[in-house]
Amino acid sequence: MTEHLVDLAVIGAGPAGLAAALAAAEAGVRVAVVDAGVRPGGQFWRSPAPGAGPFRPATLHHGWHWFTSTDDRLTELAGTGRVLRLAGHHVWSVQAAGDQWAVHCVLGAEPRQHGTSAPVTVHARRLVLATGAYDRQLPFPGWDLPGVITAGGAQALLKGNLVVAGQRVIVAGTGPFLLPVADGLARHGARVAAVIEANSPLGFARFPGAVLGATGKLGEATGYAGRLLRHRVAVHHRHVVLGALGTDRLTGVLVGRLDRNGRVRAGTERQIDCDVLAVGWGFTPQLELPLQLGCATHLDVDKSLVVTVDDDQATSVAGVWAAGEATGVGGADLATVEGRIAGLAAAASLGADAVADGRPLRRRRSSLRGFASAMHQVYPIPDIVLERCSDETLVCRCEEVDAGSIRRAVVDLGATEARTVKLLARPGMGWCQGRVCGFATACLTARHTGRAVAEPDLRAFADRSIATPVPLGRLAAPLADEQPDGDGG
Amino acid sequence: MSRPREFEILFDGTPLSCRDGWTIGAALTAAGVRSWRTTRHGQRPRGLFCGIGICFDCLVTVNGQPSLRACLVPANPGDDVRTQKGPGR
Repeated sequence: MTEHLVDLAVIGAGPAGLAAALAAAEAGVRVAVVDAGVRPGGQFWRSPAPGAGPFRPATLHHGWHWFTSTDDRLTELAGTGRVLRLAGHHVWSVQAAGDQWAVHCVLGAEPRQHGTSAPVTVHARRLVLATGAYDRQLPFPGWDLPGVITAGGAQALLKGNLVVAGQRVIVAGTGPFLLPVADGLARHGARVAAVIEANSPLGFARFPGAVLGATGKLGEATGYAGRLLRHRVAVHHRHVVLGALGTDRLTGVLVGRLDRNGRVRAGTERQIDCDVLAVGWGFTPQLELPLQLGCATHLDVDKSLVVTVDDDQATSVAGVWAAGEATGVGGADLATVEGRIAGLAAAASLGADAVADGRPLRRRRSSLRGFASAMHQVYPIPDIVLERCSDETLVCRCEEVDAGSIRRAVVDLGATEARTVKLLARPGMGWCQGRVCGFATACLTARHTGRAVAEPDLRAFADRSIATPVPLGRLAAPLADEQPDGDGG
Repeated sequence: MSRPREFEILFDGTPLSCRDGWTIGAALTAAGVRSWRTTRHGQRPRGLFCGIGICFDCLVTVNGQPSLRACLVPANPGDDVRTQKGPGR
């Protein structure tokens, strides 16, 4: 077992984590950046290995210059010993150990492949959790067919490998994230047959203040729209995918247009051929670690379970800060601002002089949060998708639980909240532990009990005592409970 | 000796070309392969879904070791990749 001792452990090397780490390190604090990825950047600035092909960041990335300059500066500080960069470190548990936190990691690109490699524990006096988010999914007929992938998965294949997911692709779901996904695919040689967006950006007209506070976002969206037009990609607003077609692999999708009441307008159903459907309905914050630590949570505007933080990004647990998507989905710009605030606050709590630019940062955070809140209201999940789930529609992909089993757990067996549904029908009990079906199961449970989805429904699928699969031998081995006297690495 | 920029891996015995730096999932996708696992109950085909290590749909057997996430495992020259059936044992 390798052990490290630092002042501050930042978990996650995406936008929020990098910003937090740099802010704290520059304030004089010794920081470890712990990240599952082989290369820094998180999902947002995921980059290919050198051999993967010709990489032109401008065709795939926003804010790449900020990322590389931040990353370079962290590497410089790593040279002086101020920063410890721990890539390929998957955190599976965080525990209080005396007046410190013990961050337990397993190593590798896929830690299960090297189950015998020595684990690592990082001991830190403070924590910043910047654990990010992943695509939020909804079940629909055929969504388990090979060829149906998440929008973020298509993006990760492209950003991380420079591989386009398919030849004729449809990008669907809701939210502004669909546009960069479609744009990236089109620019790298895929034929994007259509973007199927359930909502309409015209909804932003209801939030003029929020839009004016974040005009850069508008320019970004306009840029994507222009390029999609040049690639002859049709963006169909107020349309939804009603089903994925094919027997053993995807051959097309059935789409329909929504009327003003959110119903599928009669006679608008049509089939579009494709070999890949990239679909996403916003994002689900990754909360295993904050929940392990007992951090308070709440439901955000987009119905995501998020960590509750104060003006300094401090969680309800003393010594633990959180930033980025884990505290509310809002994009990379907001994440970097929150990360910086969290890093500075954590540094200040360790006695560093680190409050220099607090007020402008907080104003910027407020504008970006305002924009994010408007975005969530403009791009809500349409009720129609879950309404159309028949008993046969698969919900839990791992345990192969259909919507009928969930309905019966509520209607026939009397479950009133999602935790009981999980125990009775087994959705969320398989490999992914409800990461994929948790949101949908929570919503279906609420729908069948005739109420709105609530925090306990979502917590039923977010509470995990082990954050990443760990070889059984690792669990059986005693955890170091002694404090190391220095960096054992 | 430096690694070749391109090499071959085997998928169920068939050679596929692969670039250095790709994951197994990327190599299979680039070769047009969409599924490499069947589920335990319905024996349904599965392949890449989340692409970032969250969903475990892309589990595959590599060099005899089952249940690895194809989206995470880096490909190496000569890797023997096999379709995984059921629990993969």
